[in-house]
Amino acid sequence: MAEEKVQMTARKFNNNTSIIDIQGEINAFAENVLMDAYTQATSQGAKNIVLNFSELSYMNSSGIGLLVTLLIRANRQKQSLVAFGLSDHYKQIFELTRLNESIKIYSSEADAIAAAG
Amino acid sequence: MNDSTSPQEDIDPRQSAWSPPVSRMKVSDIPEGAMNLNVDGRQPVSPLQGFGQMWQKTFKVRLSGVEMTPAEVMKVWKDNFPKFQPPENRFYPTMSGLKPGEVVLIDAKVPPLPGTPSILPVSTGVLVMYADDTTITVMTPEGHPESGWNTFSTYEEDGVVIAQCQSLCRPNDPLYEFFNRFMGSSAQQDKIWIHVLVSLAEHFGVKEQVATTKVLVDPSVQWGQAKNIWNNAAIRTVFYLLAAPVRWLKK
Repeated sequence: MAEEKVQMTARKFNNNTSIIDIQGEINAFAENVLMDAYTQATSQGAKNIVLNFSELSYMNSSGIGLLVTLLIRANRQKQSLVAFGLSDHYKQIFELTRLNESIKIYSSEADAIAAAG
Repeated sequence: MNDSTSPQEDIDPRQSAWSPPVSRMKVSDIPEGAMNLNVDGRQPVSPLQGFGQMWQKTFKVRLSGVEMTPAEVMKVWKDNFPKFQPPENRFYPTMSGLKPGEVVLIDAKVPPLPGTPSILPVSTGVLVMYADDTTITVMTPEGHPESGWNTFSTYEEDGVVIAQCQSLCRPNDPLYEFFNRFMGSSAQQDKIWIHVLVSLAEHFGVKEQVATTKVLVDPSVQWGQAKNIWNNAAIRTVFYLLAAPVRWLKK
């Protein structure tokens, strides 16, 4: 089986907000890494989770599927999920897949954190 | 980390595996024999726009003894995509094939009640959202029985090529949800993907069981999407066929 080519770390910004920094490639094999980072953010007490895509190198359709399951999990925990750092290409992919209707995209970390509350 | 406003500059050539932006599906080249209903002008939908419970279902088969790479197996799969479908589920790719942004028309027949023959017609289609050497993901339009994505992929595990179908979907409207929960539609859909994988394996001379995993991702329904029933492809296909004599008389 192919190995994951991604690293994610959850950074506590304040008592309500954690940022998940994504570095590398999101595909089907990134599931454990993403869910571990989410669990880490949740254990930090985050009510708002900010995804940082600035260092994303590639994402395929399975990667988008992982974001959907992450979003559902966050919604069920009454957490908000927002994103920043997406390239124009991945902003288009969020529009194509209509993920942008549920995960708001911001141009910078400061904007994303301000919107997340 | 930083407040970056200009993320990754290098363009990965794999980005061309994604469909260009599509707000409404366009059928420009209708394959012979396809009914072409309930697709043109419809918005593609994700698992987030449907009505019913969200399920992730994974079906996979080990192609033991097949001396090919996952990409070579996928090429065979793509080239024979309609052939591997069950007879009551006809797929009509355009002449361009299964390429990102292309529409695949589908004319299916489903059983009206559990255990009865597949006689209820449903004309619909899918958009090829993503296609690379080892993966194809299709996205359904409004009115399709499912709201979401189906991904067909090949990969290697312990030296054996695995072929996999994975759906991440909700039933699109309350009627489809009812049929899924109580009338056997979910099991019928499962049979389709199992048939596809068994046919693919048999193409390579392999007889293996299909392993199935089902995860209920979201047990709640989205009442705000109940209005999706307006576009229900099954209802519209039946009305279209019932109105055939009227259309014929008007000619």
